[in-house]
Amino acid sequence: MGDPSAETQRTLYPYVTGSSVVALKYKDGILMAADTGGSYGSTLRYKSIERLKPIGKHSLLGASGEISDFQEILRYLDELILYDNMWDDGNSLGPKEVHNYLTRIMYNRRNKFNPLWNSLILGGVKKGQKYLGMVSMIGVNFEDNHVATGLGNHLARPILRDEWHENLTFEEGVQLLEKCMRVLLYRDRSAVNKIQISKITEEGATVFPPFSLKTYWEFSAFKNPTVGAEGSW
Amino acid sequence: MSSIGTGYDLSVTTFSPDGRVFQIEYAAKAVDNSGTVIGIKCKDGIVLGVEKLIASKMMLPGSNRRIHSVHRHSGMAVAGLAADGRQIVARTKSEATNYDSVYGEPIPVKELAERVASYVHLCTLYWWLRFSEIDSHYHFKLYFFVFFTSITYCWQFHRPFGCGVILGGYDRDGPQLYMVEPSGVSYRYFGAAIGKGRQAAKTEIEKLKLTDMTCRQGVIEVAKIIYGVHDEAKDKDFELEMSWVCDESNRQHQKVPDELLEEAKAAAKAALEEMDAD
Repeated sequence: MGDPSAETQRTLYPYVTGSSVVALKYKDGILMAADTGGSYGSTLRYKSIERLKPIGKHSLLGASGEISDFQEILRYLDELILYDNMWDDGNSLGPKEVHNYLTRIMYNRRNKFNPLWNSLILGGVKKGQKYLGMVSMIGVNFEDNHVATGLGNHLARPILRDEWHENLTFEEGVQLLEKCMRVLLYRDRSAVNKIQISKITEEGATVFPPFSLKTYWEFSAFKNPTVGAEGSW
Repeated sequence: MSSIGTGYDLSVTTFSPDGRVFQIEYAAKAVDNSGTVIGIKCKDGIVLGVEKLIASKMMLPGSNRRIHSVHRHSGMAVAGLAADGRQIVARTKSEATNYDSVYGEPIPVKELAERVASYVHLCTLYWWLRFSEIDSHYHFKLYFFVFFTSITYCWQFHRPFGCGVILGGYDRDGPQLYMVEPSGVSYRYFGAAIGKGRQAAKTEIEKLKLTDMTCRQGVIEVAKIIYGVHDEAKDKDFELEMSWVCDESNRQHQKVPDELLEEAKAAAKAALEEMDAD
């Protein structure tokens, strides 16, 4: 850390970032949602970044934070899955194992003061067991029935705590996720109205094509926003 | 032994007066003593098959894999000293993943074969290179050391790899089959065999019409050939191990699916009985 040339080789701040990812367990597996935006500071620069990726046969990874670090993580996981496949012994890495691997990577990078600037959500199903976990850029990890990254923790999880229950159907799960993503769209300034949902079940992973949420701007509070606070905007 | 070197065969860095390197020929003999390994190129892919001679009845079937995947699209079957083979497979996997991470596409099979051959050859020239040095050696940086060290250490610590490999893969140019010998030469084949029963196996392969055959049919044929060349008198038991990379397997290298393997074994045993009945 005292070596001056080492300063330029550590991650100090993120550049292109993705916003929140929200995920929940439902009857058949995991549902995950994220928007497809990549912000360059306060500019919404990239509007079509896919932040939900299937990993191997049993897992789905969603990431928020620095996009280039996410791509690097995908390369690590690609190599992990490749070596796992090359054993060709009928076994394959499940979501718990991949989550553990990611936790190790994130925590060890943080210890070197050179973090991968992401919050990751890893969900999957293996042999009927559903698994949903989260890892942050400092290596904090946990497992739960519903998780979110970034602002999603503050806006989406309260909704999920009230309305999530075991054995949601696919339609109910999607509706719940859309509700969370709509709140994020209204309130998170780095959100983009192009949402992607993906699911993973015992049969495999599906990443659905992006779509837009219907928004409603006719609330009376939006009509005359500066009434009672002249001079503000 | 047909050709004994008598003095010119103690080191792989010595030529004989008639221009042969005996250590490499002896390495090839190690390969010839191993169980038969066959590879064929069918119209939609490659099939690899190994006659795995079982040393002991205590061994679990399916252990001691002789066919390894080296990347998604290619695999390698090893004949000869198994420990040497592990080394070659590990190096090949590393070459394949390195190419993929640098160039962003799966390594072309031709390129992979060249790298394997180059590596095998390198290890017949220099014994003291550790593996990190081998990468820089591709640029001949360490050439100077050869003069000083090989004279004093020329008969210690080095031998060529005692194994030959058959490498099969499927890239944009279609399915391809290569064989690399302990000397470091590699050629491209449509049918190759190494090991004990290679002469008989090659004759059988030449009879097949490979350009019309799919891999599904190829698997049955390879099983028949291996059961056919297996010498019941000399070696009691063997296990058949087969893999393929073809359109049906989505161009991924994998073990032949269990039901197809059983079907192939049954067909091979039936063909043997037919031959015995004649």
